[in-house]
Amino acid sequence: MGALDQYIDLWQEHGSLIDSNAPEALNRRRPDAASSLIENGLPDQKDENYRYTDFEKILSPDYGVNVGRVKMAVNPSETFRCDVPMLSTSLFLVVNDAFAETADCRKMLPEGVEVMSLAAYARKNPEFISEHYGKLADMANPIVALNTLFCQDGVVVRVKKGIKVEPTIQIVNIFKNSAALLSARRVLIVMEDDSEAKVLFCDHTQTQGIDFCSVQVVEVFAGKGSRLDFYDLEESTLNTSRLSSLWLSQEEGSEVLLDSMTLYNGVTRNEFYTKFCGRHARLKMLGMGIEDDSRKLDTYSRISHDEPECNTDELFKYVVDDNAVGAFAGLIYVAEGAVKTEAFQSNRNLVGSATAVMHSKPQLEIYNDDVKCSHGTAIGQLDEKQLFYMMTRGISEEQARLMLKQAFMSDVIDGISLPPLRDRLKIMVERRFAGEKAACASCPVSCNDSFQ
Amino acid sequence: MLLVKDLHAEIDGKEILRGVNLEVKPGEVHAVMGPNGSGKSTLSMVLAGNPAYTVTSGEVTFRGKNLLDMTPDVRSHEGLFLGFQYPVEIPGVSMVNFMRAAVNAKRKYFGEPPMGATDFLKLMREKRAIVELDNKLASRSVNEGFSGGEKKRNEIFQMAVLEPKLSILDETDSGLDVDALRIVAEGVNKLRTPENSAIVITHYQRLLDYIKPDVIHVLYKGRIVYTGGPELALEIEKKGYDWIKVEVDAQDALKGEA
Repeated sequence: MGALDQYIDLWQEHGSLIDSNAPEALNRRRPDAASSLIENGLPDQKDENYRYTDFEKILSPDYGVNVGRVKMAVNPSETFRCDVPMLSTSLFLVVNDAFAETADCRKMLPEGVEVMSLAAYARKNPEFISEHYGKLADMANPIVALNTLFCQDGVVVRVKKGIKVEPTIQIVNIFKNSAALLSARRVLIVMEDDSEAKVLFCDHTQTQGIDFCSVQVVEVFAGKGSRLDFYDLEESTLNTSRLSSLWLSQEEGSEVLLDSMTLYNGVTRNEFYTKFCGRHARLKMLGMGIEDDSRKLDTYSRISHDEPECNTDELFKYVVDDNAVGAFAGLIYVAEGAVKTEAFQSNRNLVGSATAVMHSKPQLEIYNDDVKCSHGTAIGQLDEKQLFYMMTRGISEEQARLMLKQAFMSDVIDGISLPPLRDRLKIMVERRFAGEKAACASCPVSCNDSFQ
Repeated sequence: MLLVKDLHAEIDGKEILRGVNLEVKPGEVHAVMGPNGSGKSTLSMVLAGNPAYTVTSGEVTFRGKNLLDMTPDVRSHEGLFLGFQYPVEIPGVSMVNFMRAAVNAKRKYFGEPPMGATDFLKLMREKRAIVELDNKLASRSVNEGFSGGEKKRNEIFQMAVLEPKLSILDETDSGLDVDALRIVAEGVNKLRTPENSAIVITHYQRLLDYIKPDVIHVLYKGRIVYTGGPELALEIEKKGYDWIKVEVDAQDALKGEA
């Protein structure tokens, strides 16, 4: 019996309970999700695109799924306080997969911005959810199918036409439970034409020593001329597995920044599927993975240029140490008609120990001549000359290594458009390399320990 | 200050230093000259503790302590400074952070607390003036995008901040125009005290017009084969190294026969 069977069984036995605790717009998709999983099974590691993530192993623990929607008693407004200096964020909280309404989270947001529970939004505006839910994410994808099968809640961020949101919308996802838990969180971000927003997601595991599995799907619609900065920061534990699949479509003239930062994790697979649906759209993708111990981070990105005159700039950097494994596979696909495409992809990695492993596979597939594209990868070690130079100035080897690792990540950090977040992240990365534990104090959101 | 006894060192199994003997007393400036490939830079690297080089035999005593036992950072704390022939670029590490780390590492070594921000900035300003280093360079990455002259001035600036007891300046004059050479040399002279010493490695007499050495050594085939006063530099400038080479090669040949 494979790992998948327990989930199919769960759905078959408790399907009506799942449905009774979720809106119709979400329930409607479940049978397709089940068929897809039954038909395709879990991805085999022989499949080139899934070589470095063992779905079977990740999904085999006996995770509980909160199908009955048992509520976690929390009072987030009392226990959470944003710690990023000068970053006036509008803070929202998601516990496991349930959106937690706070008293003052909406105060700073202008009219025309909606940030709320996916389930609640689906009841309030079922047409809107039907129009967007599952429209980008491909059900043949195992993460999408699994998420759709169990998804009962999540987050909707909708920025209406022409609305420019100044404060960063910060959504903190908390894992908290007394037993192993799988959560299927769904995120829908709809940027209507000419809207602007910055969204920061922080994934935290609050309960240490408990196995968690996050099966997350994010769908992002960037309308004409819209601008979105999407930051996704993971600070979880060695016991946490994360399967995340992000789907983005960009209309004409839209500009999107996707920034994926993995500071602490267990086993993570982050997927990005993006496509351009209009001209003159720009995508910037930044990624940072700091992996040590036995952590694993597998990034897969597929950027599809189907329209002319669009621009992609992708930079992923990893530092892998100890027994950690890093993997990056990125494909930029340029279709026949997508002339004057500019697409650049770079993956650079530092390997700090003889037992750490880094896999890198940059790919370009181009079907027309009028493009400017490049891709590159590098895997190396710290520069001995730089180390020696620093040591001759009295800097200890340990400190010099730390500064050089930090410096290695500087161009990824400098790509962050929010100065307070950039400064904060610099400190977080510095502390991370210095070997400080994943303390919530080192995160933009100072998750208070009393929360446990 | 520094006592080097029969120092042998190799890199990648190739012996470069073959028995260097050298004594530098407090307040003295020694110049080390010699043809290309004679081992001048190797000597500076070995003294600074570059792990790429292996000391196979010999002793080095620095201010009464065994220098060869110390890691490069400890050598720095104890008062040794190496001005690099090719200063290393460190993208992503700003000059300010670099110097702060260096200053505070030394303070930590001597059990002092880290320097306050105001004092640190004052120190930087003061020392920058010595070599007329542009304030703008402070926010840039270490040596990245610096001109040749700026890189060398930056070395002397670091020397000024760290206040070493013994400075080894490895071809600090190379790649400098006349004005930059003067600024660098004047910087070095401003930092001279009756207590501290310097070893100046150079190819040319030119630098020695500015930095007056007490003793001149000629390094050839990994050994100091000739030691003399300031007039030796002039003689080399005029006659080249051939006469020394001939003499040494002849002696070696005799030894070989014996």
